[in-house]
Amino acid sequence: MGKVFAVLVTLITLISIAFFVMHTWWLPPNISTTGKAVDHQLEETLIGTGVLFLAGQLMLGCFAWMASGKTKDTRAKRFPGGATSVVVTAIVVVGIEIFTLTFVGSKAWGAIYLTPAEPGALRVDVQAEQFAFYFRYPGPDGQFGGLHPDKIDDGSGNYFGLDPANDVAARDDIVVGSLVVPVNRPIALSLHSKDVGHSFYVRELRMQEDFVPGLDIPLHFTATQVGKYEIVCTQLCGLGHYNMKAYLEVMSEPDYEQWLKTQAGQ
Amino acid sequence: MGVDVQDAIHAGQKLGGSGLPPVTRNTRLPKVALSERPERSETGVWIGIFAIVMTFAALTSAMIVREGVALDWQHFQLPKILYLDTVILFFSSWTLETALSKLKEGENRFSAGMTWLAVTLALGGMFVIGQVVAWRVLAGQGLFLATNPSSSFFYVFTAAHALHLVGGILGLGYLIYKLNRTRSAARTTGIRATSLYWHFMDGLWVYLFVLLLARM
Amino acid sequence: MHEVSTHPVAHQHTAPTGFIRKYVFSLDHKVIGKQYYGLALVSVFIGMVLSWLLRIHLAYPDYHIPFLSKLSAVGAPGGVMTPEYYLSLLTMHGTLMVFFVLTNAPFAAFGNYFLPIQIGAEDMAFPRFNMMSFWTTFAAFVVMMASFFVADGPPISGWTAYAPLSAVGRDAGPGLALGQDLWAISIAIFCIASLLGALNFIATTLDLRARGMSLLRMPYSTWAWFVTSVIALLAFAVLLPACVLLILDRVAGTSFFIPAGLVLSDKLQPHSGGSPLLWQHLFWFFGHPEVYIAILPSIGIIATILPVFTRRPLLGPKALIGSMVAIGFLSYMVWGHHMFVSGMNPFSANIFSVPTLIITIPATIMTLLLTASLYGAKMRFDTPALFCLGFISVFISGGISGFYLAQPSLDTYLHATYFVVAHFHFVMAVASLFGVFAGTYFWFPKMFGRMMSESLGKWHFWLTFLGVYCVFMPMHYLGLVGNVRRYSAFVDDYLAPLIPVHRFITIAALLTGAAQLIFLWNLIWSRFRGPVASENPWEATSLEWATTSPPPFDNFGGKHPVVYHGPNELGVDGPDGTDFLMQTAAPKSS
Repeated sequence: MGKVFAVLVTLITLISIAFFVMHTWWLPPNISTTGKAVDHQLEETLIGTGVLFLAGQLMLGCFAWMASGKTKDTRAKRFPGGATSVVVTAIVVVGIEIFTLTFVGSKAWGAIYLTPAEPGALRVDVQAEQFAFYFRYPGPDGQFGGLHPDKIDDGSGNYFGLDPANDVAARDDIVVGSLVVPVNRPIALSLHSKDVGHSFYVRELRMQEDFVPGLDIPLHFTATQVGKYEIVCTQLCGLGHYNMKAYLEVMSEPDYEQWLKTQAGQ
Repeated sequence: MGVDVQDAIHAGQKLGGSGLPPVTRNTRLPKVALSERPERSETGVWIGIFAIVMTFAALTSAMIVREGVALDWQHFQLPKILYLDTVILFFSSWTLETALSKLKEGENRFSAGMTWLAVTLALGGMFVIGQVVAWRVLAGQGLFLATNPSSSFFYVFTAAHALHLVGGILGLGYLIYKLNRTRSAARTTGIRATSLYWHFMDGLWVYLFVLLLARM
Repeated sequence: MHEVSTHPVAHQHTAPTGFIRKYVFSLDHKVIGKQYYGLALVSVFIGMVLSWLLRIHLAYPDYHIPFLSKLSAVGAPGGVMTPEYYLSLLTMHGTLMVFFVLTNAPFAAFGNYFLPIQIGAEDMAFPRFNMMSFWTTFAAFVVMMASFFVADGPPISGWTAYAPLSAVGRDAGPGLALGQDLWAISIAIFCIASLLGALNFIATTLDLRARGMSLLRMPYSTWAWFVTSVIALLAFAVLLPACVLLILDRVAGTSFFIPAGLVLSDKLQPHSGGSPLLWQHLFWFFGHPEVYIAILPSIGIIATILPVFTRRPLLGPKALIGSMVAIGFLSYMVWGHHMFVSGMNPFSANIFSVPTLIITIPATIMTLLLTASLYGAKMRFDTPALFCLGFISVFISGGISGFYLAQPSLDTYLHATYFVVAHFHFVMAVASLFGVFAGTYFWFPKMFGRMMSESLGKWHFWLTFLGVYCVFMPMHYLGLVGNVRRYSAFVDDYLAPLIPVHRFITIAALLTGAAQLIFLWNLIWSRFRGPVASENPWEATSLEWATTSPPPFDNFGGKHPVVYHGPNELGVDGPDGTDFLMQTAAPKSS
């Protein structure tokens, strides 16, 4: 029984690790300036925990193997160093890993969430609602109009509750269903929710942030590759949660300017 | 002061339910009432106190967060009757302790002790009535549960406390009932547990009152 | 040095007569323990069937599940569940499993049955409170199940019930009306029941230990129940007011959790000023300790059982106990790691991640101690021992994935993906449940006086062990791709190619679930037909094995056990050529 267990646990461990190592199912390529540090952190963690995983399971299997067989007098054989060596090993090994990962990881985290957006960043106001994302650009005047929840009317496309009749700044605000941005330019998002909690997740950017009703939450990034990427909701928001998505379209600078002109013209 | 284990075991078995060693030697009861270790019920109350403290701590932090997170907190004057209520509850702790010291003294002071217990019970009832009056005063001013976050927390805190105090009143009532039957404090369990809980309710109210005074 | 109970353990109630007093409204902790176990068993089978329904829907979205339309014509017309019904079943799956299985089985069920016996007491400190806490739990269960039968069905906000989705009511969507009210009421009732239970455990452990049973001589399972009940006392005391505030927001028009300006179903909501993050803080302040409530008793059970089968003491008894206490303490400092990307101040992520990573140290110590205890032993590979080995393996797997999620920089990618689902299922659904399995096979003879079938047990173990890896290991890979959780269908571009993986998981889940029927059959068959068990069939040392199988009404037949050792006297010269000394074995020199 012990030998069977040892073999099974070893096989399971090796097969599991193989899929991790082979990157059979893996993250999509990173397109964000802050994403590289996250990927690096992931690789470090994979190696560090992979060693622990392998060592732990193999040790278990090994001891289970050795524990099978005929009963003998084994009172003399105790784990070398006894409990003290276990405790010390755990503290030292895990402690070092924790220390390293925290130190390096906090930089990756800080780059995304604790540094402010660059001063000239392109500002986009993002609204999440059941079950769609809408994006608002300030338009040629560079100003966002005020938001009035009582004026929200999805039927006529006034998702944000703008009041262009009385609010000059709101007249040229551009509201679209995709997040269109120029490549290699800092983008500063402001996330707010119309109804319940949602979340903004773009895998390729390696970032995720919740929309909290009542709050305006900043999130900024710089995309380094042109392309079309999915923005999906990751905070349970109701029956349409699985279907709530939008696209992040990263365009070249000229294409973006062209797009913006077309939108402003409308 | 040690009670021999074997004696205690055998004595307890003779007594049946109470689980306490009988008073054998002293005519004057020692300060730490009837045995060295707390009664089971007293341990239970201590544990319950921890839980109740956590509940009110959670509500306190909820209130602090809620006040800070939006600009809609409206301060209001606490109904004056709450000052009286505080005095009443404080006084009831004193009457409770008086009752207990009388009961400890022995047979001849037993009735006096019982009277003081009844006074304590009545004071507890008056406190609860005072709470209801306070709620009516606020309602008269248009401050209901949902009117404003400040009133919401006021009602939640005072109702939670009053509910727990009613539990204490029931406990005290039950203790009085038991004492009436045995006519002896030495042979009645739960005295220290009941008084501990009562004093805790008093202390909790003082904390709440100060908190509400400061934040409402 | 020895803490002796100066209180005579005179029994507080006489032996009951009559069916109702004996089996229904019983004051006997052993009956109450079995009642909790029965409730957990019913809950786990309902929860498991729910998981099958979810998995089938994910892997085969168009498949018509026959009886489903009978359960809810609205939720599953023609046997295909609507997206909202998927979320309802998901919510109930999580709620039943976390509360009614993982808090009930390893903690309330086994704890109630064995804690008094293991410390040498005749019953719990407060038998009437004990009876009340079971029936209150049962009431909570009834209220929870009632949500299946109301018009809109169970709530759809998940077991975490985040506000404002859970707080605004029907305007936020179907399943959020009466179902959500019932959920909140049920959980509030459950909190009260758990508080009573925890209070009982703590008072009993402190006050009713037998003569010679010092704290350090208590079995590891008792220590685990004790630490768990302290955690539970403080945690449920916070969830209760949170649920009350949620109910008030829903029915009384308050705004604890609901801010201003929300527009739902084209209606401007009448609330204002509340904080959704406040709900999250209150919930997770309970929620994180709750998961340690789920796992610690199982760790204690495994640590108690393993030495019996290695025939040698556990390595590092004090280190194990110390680690349990450390985990209990640290569990209160880490709740924010569920909220790294919740919109709370990102700097607090750095603060929360530190104790989150530190808590891996006592967890590692315990895992290593269990593993190192195998070194040099010759094991008896009965079913309880196999589940101990399995536990160590799955606890390693589940614990390792925690390392990733504890780091905010990785959580930004992995949050709300299947990686999280893999992590918590490994540590809770698998590891904790393995502890329950081990405990069942180990203690069944004591509880029912009969042995369970070894061959059925071994089939159960091998199929389950292999099965759980097939179900939950692939979820890590899905998480790395970024497969979001709580989705009722996979329609996003990048998700469609993952459906084959989901199919593999679903089939594995169905097969593994089927293997649990072996366990159920074993329980039922052995109860009536199992070979009769002796007093101490496993040759174990703790006090429950010093009495009959099953124990008499007052546990020790009127005798008061006196304890001379801890539970670690295994692999020593025992009487009559045995290799162990029971805790009650008097020393040779009289």
